[in-house]
Amino acid sequence: MPDSKLDLLQGTLDLMVLQTLAAMGTQHGYGIARRIEQVSGNEVLLNQGTIYASLVRLQQRGWIEGEWGTSDNNRKAKFYSITRRGRKQLAEDAAYWQRLSAVMGRVLAMEPEGGER
Amino acid sequence: MKDRIRQSWNRVRAFFRRGALDQELDAEMASHLDMAIEDNLRTGMTPEEARRRALAHFGGLQQARERQRAARGLPFLDVLGQDLRFTFRTLRRDLAFTIVAVLILALGIAANVAVFSVVDAILVRPLPFRNPERLVRVAPLIATCGESCRTYTTDATEEFQQRNRSFEQVTGYFAFTSADNFKLMGRPVPLPVTGILVMQNFFQTLGVEPILGRLFTPEECLHKSRPVTVLSYAFWKTQFGADRGVIGKAIDLNGTPVTVIGVLPETFDFGSVFSPGAKVDLFAPFIMYDFRDDGNDLALMGRLRPGVTLAQAQSEADQLFPKLDADLRHPEWKANYTGHLVFMKDYVSGRMRRSLIVLWCAVGLMLLIVCVNLSNLLLARASARSGELAMRHALGAGRTRLIRQLLTESLLLSATGAALGLAMAWVVTSFLAHQTSFALPLLLRVRIDGAAVLWTVAVAVLSAVAFGLIPALRSCSGDLAEALRDAGRGASEGRKHDALRSTLVIAEVALACVLVVGAGLLLRSFVHLLSVDLGFEPAHAAAIAVDDGSPHNTAERAARWREVIEQVQTIPGVEIAGISDNVPLSRNRSWGISAKGRQYRPGELQGTFVYIVSPGYLKAMGLRLIEGRDFRWSDDSKSQNGVVINETVARSLWPGEHAVGQMANAGGVDVRVIGVVADVRESSVESKGGWQMYLPVTNANFGPEGTELVVRSNLPPGALAVSVMRILRSINPAQPATDFRPIQQIVDHATSPRRFLTLLVSIFAALGLTLAALGIYGVIAYTVTRRTQEIGIRMALGASRGRVQRSVLLRTMRLVAIGLVMGSVVSFAVSRAIVSLLFGTQPNDAVTYAGMAVLLLGVALLAGYLPARRAARIDPIIALRTN
Repeated sequence: MPDSKLDLLQGTLDLMVLQTLAAMGTQHGYGIARRIEQVSGNEVLLNQGTIYASLVRLQQRGWIEGEWGTSDNNRKAKFYSITRRGRKQLAEDAAYWQRLSAVMGRVLAMEPEGGER
Repeated sequence: MKDRIRQSWNRVRAFFRRGALDQELDAEMASHLDMAIEDNLRTGMTPEEARRRALAHFGGLQQARERQRAARGLPFLDVLGQDLRFTFRTLRRDLAFTIVAVLILALGIAANVAVFSVVDAILVRPLPFRNPERLVRVAPLIATCGESCRTYTTDATEEFQQRNRSFEQVTGYFAFTSADNFKLMGRPVPLPVTGILVMQNFFQTLGVEPILGRLFTPEECLHKSRPVTVLSYAFWKTQFGADRGVIGKAIDLNGTPVTVIGVLPETFDFGSVFSPGAKVDLFAPFIMYDFRDDGNDLALMGRLRPGVTLAQAQSEADQLFPKLDADLRHPEWKANYTGHLVFMKDYVSGRMRRSLIVLWCAVGLMLLIVCVNLSNLLLARASARSGELAMRHALGAGRTRLIRQLLTESLLLSATGAALGLAMAWVVTSFLAHQTSFALPLLLRVRIDGAAVLWTVAVAVLSAVAFGLIPALRSCSGDLAEALRDAGRGASEGRKHDALRSTLVIAEVALACVLVVGAGLLLRSFVHLLSVDLGFEPAHAAAIAVDDGSPHNTAERAARWREVIEQVQTIPGVEIAGISDNVPLSRNRSWGISAKGRQYRPGELQGTFVYIVSPGYLKAMGLRLIEGRDFRWSDDSKSQNGVVINETVARSLWPGEHAVGQMANAGGVDVRVIGVVADVRESSVESKGGWQMYLPVTNANFGPEGTELVVRSNLPPGALAVSVMRILRSINPAQPATDFRPIQQIVDHATSPRRFLTLLVSIFAALGLTLAALGIYGVIAYTVTRRTQEIGIRMALGASRGRVQRSVLLRTMRLVAIGLVMGSVVSFAVSRAIVSLLFGTQPNDAVTYAGMAVLLLGVALLAGYLPARRAARIDPIIALRTN
């Protein structure tokens, strides 16, 4: 395993979970964790266990809902889905992140003063 | 924002549903792992490998659990729960320490809470009236002659009512009521009851509403109107079984049917506000017409109009009062009234303020000693536990976490102590609230209420921090790992620790010193008070209120009095008996006396306390006859016009002359001085008597205000009571079952506020001293234990047992001496603040200081002796062998 994986910033996991649920619909914890790993191209350093703290936090804020159900291969699991308020929050947070990353991109692209390319 | 609130709410809910949520999470994680393993198996791993990889990828089940718990619940409370559980375990293991600590704390906190509720009841809580902050007591500025100088005539009262513009209402009550002034008839044995005459608007002015029936109407306060009464709550409850049907019924008072028109609320206790320690059963209207000729009768109070300040009202009173007429029919009689206004609250409890503040300080000092003592105990424990703390630090507990744990321990101790203390305080306050032997105002409403509970919590938390912080910081400072290494070798942690504990003991001794000095000064004052020359002999005398059957004239009354006295004197063991209308230190009234034919400047004469007495009273009460003689039954009608005066009157009216044989004018009648007696402390044990005179019951010009039979006998009053009562009944079947009161009891009642203060401060001082002794013992015993080896070596090298013992004792004395010096300096500065509470004692009273030093040194010697003896008995061989 390469040790150059990305450490997750505080709060980013919550946003990833929201986005995953918005994109995939209803999903259980394992599925969400796998999906994030796949989408990030295995670049995110994720102890899958940490996802449960994120899930309970989002649930308590009323942004996602969870319900026990049965998976495709007949396994009992708790399935989460995003709520209307969760979508609203996702839209806000996503916009914020995009602005922030755009700014960060511009700042980091800054050339040394007076330098020539 | 809404989401945050929802989250907080859910967190609280989650905290209480921990079990269910944990189970759900475990199920969720199990299903997660199962799915991961399944996926891994699909990629061709062996089952073992698949499981290992799944677990590794998950990253620790326990960590995930903890994180989720922290995210969903209240981690602060979780930690507190852990700390509490752990603390319970440690404290249970160290049961002896826990019990001692909790008991000491409980005592300290109980005393504090009890004093707090007394202070709260007397000084802080508003009086039980409507808008009590506008109620004002009106009384003359100088009161040299007791109640007569604190009251006004009916005419003056009405004039003031009409002319003032500052008061919404002015009212008053008859100030010369004696206890048991009525008897309730219509029962086998008449019941003595106390009834106060109040002006028509008395209750309305105070803002007291009856719980049943109504108050007096103006018509009911007119001459010859139908007699009515309003009952106090307690009287209604005990005598009428709280029967609501009592309203409108007539009760028989002194043979007159009196209609009950109302019942007052339980919160209104006349006695506790206006005359501490007295019980009042009922109220009747003060009929102004009946008291026109009676002189100063009414104690006045008023309710300020909204917006009028006390200063404004005072300046108006300063204008009005000198102009008031004592008697409208005699405008030429100048009463020279003054009217000094004080807020009712200050009038009722003002005198108690300083005493209570001192009491509060004393109890605070005691709590401080408790805290210092506990600090010391905890320090000793901490050094024993340093190994444990170091171990826990090594296992990953942070310093703050350890301090938090130790403070939790202190908090738990003080909370337990507070709970126990609150229970103890409850017992003490309910005892106090039912005490009538302490003449303290408002004492009856002392109770543990919300404020007291809040105070308890505050005291508990503050003391937990006070006694817990130093040991907690101390045991978590420095190199904890060092302690771990030390723990094996045992007991050689630095002198710094010892120094801290010694400092604490010195502080304890100093604090105890201040308390003991305070208590000592108060005790000395009290002893002085007990040895004061009262002017009469309280021992072996007792008084009982006699119903003389309302005789028609003076001759009949004198005959009745004589019969009572002569019959009572036939009882074996009775030395002498006599009757007076008043006894000292209870009710009083005053008239005037002057030398006949002399002119006096205003202010030269004083109100003179007057007692209408039978022959024999002077001797029965134990008054000392200085000159002349007592009255005699055989005095014929000419010589009946005699007066007995006290030394002060004799000295003031006839300076340098023999008073006996002089002619005087007493109460408007010419009389001859037949005797001079020693001054009697008539209104307070602490102040010298004023002008006093005794007039004979046989003189038709003077009407007595009551009938107090005083019996002098070596038999205990209890043994006499039955036979005296039998005689009184045989003479007058309507004699109510009045109490036979030892005169000493009357004196005790008068000194009770001081006794209350002295008793409590002494108890606190004794507790403080005991705690200080415990502290000294603890520290010295600990040093001896710690230095066992060293002492062993010394003894092996030839130190004698005596020398070892001496050195331990010397160490004790050094600590105590430092504390003593510091304490004395502080006491010296502080005792000046209680000068006004002392009686016949200087704040720098040498005896008190010397006594305190001897007491403290003695106690310290005792506390140091036990460990010193143990040190001397150390067997060097054993001490050196046990490493």
